[in-house]
Amino acid sequence: MNKIKTKFRLYWPLIKYSQTSLLMITGLAGYMTARCPVTHLSTMLGLFLSLFLTISGSTILNMWYDRDIDAKMPRTSKRPLPAGLVTPQEVLRLGLIVSLIGTAIAVAMDPLYGLIIFGGLFIDVVLYTIWLKRKTAWSIIWGGISGGMPILAGRALGIGAVDWIGIALMFAILFWIPTHILTFSMRYREDYKLAGVPTFPSTYGDFFTRNTIAISSVLGAIVIGIAAYGIGTSWGFLRLMGVLSGGLLALAIASVIKPSETVNFGLFKYASLYMFSAMILLMF
Amino acid sequence: MKKISGRDRLLLLIMGLLAAYQIVEGISDTGTFALAAFTVAFGVLLVAGLLLIILGFDILNSPLVVIISTIVPLSLSLGLVSEHLPDWQPIYLTFAILGFLLIVITRFKLTGAFAIIPVATVHGIAGMLIFLLPIIFSIQGKTPAGFAWVGFGGALIGVGGLLLTFLKSGKPILSKDTILRVFPGLLLLMTATFVIGFAAR
Repeated sequence: MNKIKTKFRLYWPLIKYSQTSLLMITGLAGYMTARCPVTHLSTMLGLFLSLFLTISGSTILNMWYDRDIDAKMPRTSKRPLPAGLVTPQEVLRLGLIVSLIGTAIAVAMDPLYGLIIFGGLFIDVVLYTIWLKRKTAWSIIWGGISGGMPILAGRALGIGAVDWIGIALMFAILFWIPTHILTFSMRYREDYKLAGVPTFPSTYGDFFTRNTIAISSVLGAIVIGIAAYGIGTSWGFLRLMGVLSGGLLALAIASVIKPSETVNFGLFKYASLYMFSAMILLMF
Repeated sequence: MKKISGRDRLLLLIMGLLAAYQIVEGISDTGTFALAAFTVAFGVLLVAGLLLIILGFDILNSPLVVIISTIVPLSLSLGLVSEHLPDWQPIYLTFAILGFLLIVITRFKLTGAFAIIPVATVHGIAGMLIFLLPIIFSIQGKTPAGFAWVGFGGALIGVGGLLLTFLKSGKPILSKDTILRVFPGLLLLMTATFVIGFAAR
């Protein structure tokens, strides 16, 4: 029992639980845009499990592949792999098993849902992490597309097809992801330099990066607003979404006109809160 | 600057949730203009609460705080005038726009008393309207008695606005720490009285 507990404690940080949770919420929100109130608890459970396992699996595989650059960056050097607490073979095995089980559940539930889930996994691990992350700063687009797959998959599972609302929701996540990644790459620029990972700040400078963050945040808010309207979200919720978007727009403008560490980090935090709130609103 | 505590964050979160509830619910039997004005007021409260939670009291150092905090009483009073004194709406709208612009200009161009006078005047008039209109209408029986709660909120908003203005001017009536200690509670109480008052309407 103690051995299992120890292993669990070592494996838990491998899945980046806060990021995984947020992406799972997007997937659940995508499903509930079509199926609220939820009447099929077994489908909900399957959705929850398949999302948790595939998102966790892809994160574990990313950790496995990036263990060398994680070791070079002070921010990530204490993660279980670079710290030597788990072996690479063990992590690779875990990542593959978790991903396979998650994908299998997804395919068994609905082939289209399974295909999108597998697409997200493939884009994240193969295209983003293995192929592009160390080559170009623009790799974040693929990171964003893979991040948008859970919500697209959830919506597809709910309606049995891919529609424009699902695509719009995916784009909303795609536009939100740069706010997350680029803020980190500005905050930890020295870390990324040490690891030799090309980032927007190192390639294009801070001004361009800040503008990209601001523009993508605003685009994300616009697209999610359009999707919410298309879903038929009530006027009250749309008003609330509009108000929250106003806050995001104000911070985005402030981050360009009067940039500072506080404003930039505030925008990053607010954008995450915004995305979380928008997902909750889309569910009802 | 005092660090924001867990208690402060909790109070601000409840305040934000109350404001969000009011935005979603809207206010029954209200015209589009008044609803938009009330939405702006509660929206500013909600976003300000979230920013305080995220960034802490340090954001109160920004010169924009006084300007943004003026939007709340101005838009609330504008909504009340539009609903209950429709004949006065054009005049009050003109006052609100000019008052707001005056505050924006004086905040960036002037210092000391010259910067405080427009803020105190605009806050004072807007605050008095929010305080008096609901109470008078409740006493006259034009609105349900519970609507008077909005008036109590108006009194609190006046206190909050003036404390903030004096804090920003560097000559606080109370110490900075005291103001910041009561500030989240004051915001919550104010929002709660507005929500209770509008629910009774």
